[in-house]
Amino acid sequence: MHTAVVIFPGSNCDRDVIHAVSEITGSVVVPVWHKDTAIPTSTDLVIIPGGFSYGDYLRCGAMAARSPIMASVKKHASQGKLVLGICNGFQILTESKLLPGAMLANKTLTFICKQCFLKVEKTDIPFTLKYKNDQIVQFPIAHHEGLYFLPQDSLREIEQNGQVVFRYCTSSGEISEDGNSNGSLNNIAGIVNRQGNVLGLMPHPERASERIMGGTDGALMWNSIKTWIDREGA
Amino acid sequence: MTFHTRILIYLKEGVLDTQGKTVAKSLTDSGYSNLRNARVGKYIQLWIDADSREKAYEEADRMCDDLLVNELIEDYSIEVEEQ
Repeated sequence: MHTAVVIFPGSNCDRDVIHAVSEITGSVVVPVWHKDTAIPTSTDLVIIPGGFSYGDYLRCGAMAARSPIMASVKKHASQGKLVLGICNGFQILTESKLLPGAMLANKTLTFICKQCFLKVEKTDIPFTLKYKNDQIVQFPIAHHEGLYFLPQDSLREIEQNGQVVFRYCTSSGEISEDGNSNGSLNNIAGIVNRQGNVLGLMPHPERASERIMGGTDGALMWNSIKTWIDREGA
Repeated sequence: MTFHTRILIYLKEGVLDTQGKTVAKSLTDSGYSNLRNARVGKYIQLWIDADSREKAYEEADRMCDDLLVNELIEDYSIEVEEQ
């Protein structure tokens, strides 16, 4: 398994994700600078990590989405290979139109940094195949603009297509306002594109990958991806 | 010629404007009981070299499409003035 992690000025979760992926899967993980125009050809998985690319100026992820490297990330995605955006990486994927939607300021208008519970609603994609359907997992969130927004008709469409992968919930798995600290529409925490090879989520699986970090629910994501890549021979 | 271009960007109707709501509540709480609504947006000024006002407008409009505005959640207006 070969992984590339794209780094923008202001990315700050790149080292965490490089550590988690290489530690859990043994994958070769290569950092790629945003001004590069190509990702290594052997790459199976591209990760766009969290942080504050370009200082979150204008809109979170707006400038990063127009960085030179993004053309090859789009090409990688169009070949059916895997792309994962975490937190700011999710914002960058929506700004690049690789995923539908936009992120607004949290309903609290504050930066929220805490553990949260998520329900895994889709387990037939490479990123989640090791999870059980409706499994409740715990990943931390750390963001100010994480309220997932889509106009009602498009929201209905992604729901009908089964593109919602993670939903914020309570510890008992209830999808309610109580578990939805940032106010995302339909409690959406993570979605996948229609083809199932581009996933974006606001919570941080890389911060929940080892016991020392307080939980290992995130490790299942790396194991899912590895299993899929080994199986597909991608 | 250089044209001074002013772009106003605001969240579309129906998009939750938490800042606007909070500002409105703060003003109402301060006694401005006649306030009906408040919405918070962005104001961007650009200085564009172009042959005409129309060309400057077109260029600013392209910049809005390319980067400045996310059409999913935002509307905008452009004002152009020769310097």
